[in-house]
Amino acid sequence: MIEIFNMFMISYTFRVVSIGCMLLGIITAIIGTFAVLKKESLLGDSIAHASLAGVCIAFIVTGKKELPILLLGALLIGIISIVLIHIVINYSKVKFDSAIALNLATFFGLGLVLLTYLKKIPGAKKAGLNRFIFGQASTLLVKDIYFVSIIGIIILVTVILFWKEIKISIFDKDYALTLGINSKFYSFLISFLIVITVIIGIQIAGVILITSMLIAPSVAARQFSNKLNIVVVLASIFGAISGFMGTAISATNTILPTGPMIIIFLSFFVFFAIIFSPNRGLIGRHIKNYRRNKEIIKKYDRRNIL
Amino acid sequence: MSAGLIIQIIAILVGISCSTLGVFLVLKNMSMLTDAITHTVLLGIVISFFIVRDLSSPFLVLGASIFGLITVFLVEGLINTRLVKEDSAIGIIMSFLFSLAVILISKYAANIHLDVDAVLLGEIAFAPFHKITLFNRAIPKSILESSIILILNITFVVIFFKELKISIFDRNLAITLGMLPTLIHYLLMALVSITAVISFESVGAILLISFMIGPALSSYLLSKNLKSMIIISYIYSTICSLIGYKIAMILDVSIAGSIAVTIGFAFVLTLIYKNVVLERK
Repeated sequence: MIEIFNMFMISYTFRVVSIGCMLLGIITAIIGTFAVLKKESLLGDSIAHASLAGVCIAFIVTGKKELPILLLGALLIGIISIVLIHIVINYSKVKFDSAIALNLATFFGLGLVLLTYLKKIPGAKKAGLNRFIFGQASTLLVKDIYFVSIIGIIILVTVILFWKEIKISIFDKDYALTLGINSKFYSFLISFLIVITVIIGIQIAGVILITSMLIAPSVAARQFSNKLNIVVVLASIFGAISGFMGTAISATNTILPTGPMIIIFLSFFVFFAIIFSPNRGLIGRHIKNYRRNKEIIKKYDRRNIL
Repeated sequence: MSAGLIIQIIAILVGISCSTLGVFLVLKNMSMLTDAITHTVLLGIVISFFIVRDLSSPFLVLGASIFGLITVFLVEGLINTRLVKEDSAIGIIMSFLFSLAVILISKYAANIHLDVDAVLLGEIAFAPFHKITLFNRAIPKSILESSIILILNITFVVIFFKELKISIFDRNLAITLGMLPTLIHYLLMALVSITAVISFESVGAILLISFMIGPALSSYLLSKNLKSMIIISYIYSTICSLIGYKIAMILDVSIAGSIAVTIGFAFVLTLIYKNVVLERK
């Protein structure tokens, strides 16, 4: 622990990377809570894969490799994806998970097609486009952190402003309707926020790991409370701790990659919460059942004696 | 046989064997579980590689398939605690096992030719070059493997057709009839894992997901019974493979990618046809 603290004070790179991962952990945890409650948590996975196509399109159209331009392309494809998915599930009998799986495969396929197409163009500085998708936390720069923080603040403000509406549209659509709240709009808003979060996250965590950063903190937090605000706060704490610890472990042991280490920490939070959480956890539930059984037996025993 | 013909044959074989299983996955609402399996078999490949130390050993396939099953088992275990919803359970287990695999690779196998991208992306264009000799004739390994898988999958579906059908549409009836729907479910998932592992080398994870879900979804829109759904999905996957291959040849781009795009496009066309043309009648 002291070693990590010392490293935090001395090493500039470590400070930048760890703060970046913590911020990302907090943002993904907050948005992930809504995604998990809406049962749309795998949407992030689909969008993350699809964004490869967006990155390539942005590069082909502009010929530049600056981060904001590439992210804008990814955002475009992300929005197209959620619109398509919403159309498919509203206008056919196809279920949500099939729709996102097909979306994932199709747009990732398009991404592959565009990548191989780019390889033929001579002289283009296309190297590193596919690395964008697999994520590289250790190459974080200070300007990336500013970028992540600004987006994070925008997302946070949106969530706080529409807290009540989002909450009602998630838990009770019919009630939202009677209050005159357009729950379709808020459902779309959440999907949109998921897209933004995933897109700023993939360059750090990579396609596969961003899914876990969305899901795991809120699943762990959910075991400790039934209140949405407490779950969100707890989830962001879990996200932040995992982000920091994952970076710290991979910094002290250079072979271990940062992204996967963060996921391992998050997964341990989930498994710990599922087993040990006081009310809902497996052990807690077992003890409760045991006590109840004992009480029932005691009651009947007494009757038998009398 | 020319390389182009071999690639088309492999694509069609893999496509048909994937859509045989895909129909059931779509009907059971487990499409994203395919995505999870295609990622987590990486851990199986890594761990069995540490045991046998040989990248071309058949034990790799066995180990990877077992990990596909372990994934299904863990996901269902999480769901059965009733603390986690299905989609979250898939997400958690998938990323956890995948992270373990990446960590193991970077810690112990950094010098070995075991690339994450290579496993996930795959390249069908290289499939004709791996040949094995059978009855004194050199046959591409992928054609042999995918035919075996195809026969295996179709045999399974033909033998257990009634059981599969009842356990999908009315699980309780299947239990009362003594059909062991859980066993059928795990057999199906075992076949999905084996198909995924075998087809990896030739077509890659993404085309695999596309083949499993896409044709089945398109025929789901058009058909009203299970048999016609399976047959229409065969037609879809064959036509899409051929068109996708042609497009890839004309534009000189990734074959797997262009087949995946064609399958997605075919679904969109079917959806439009269904909603615009059929609804108007």
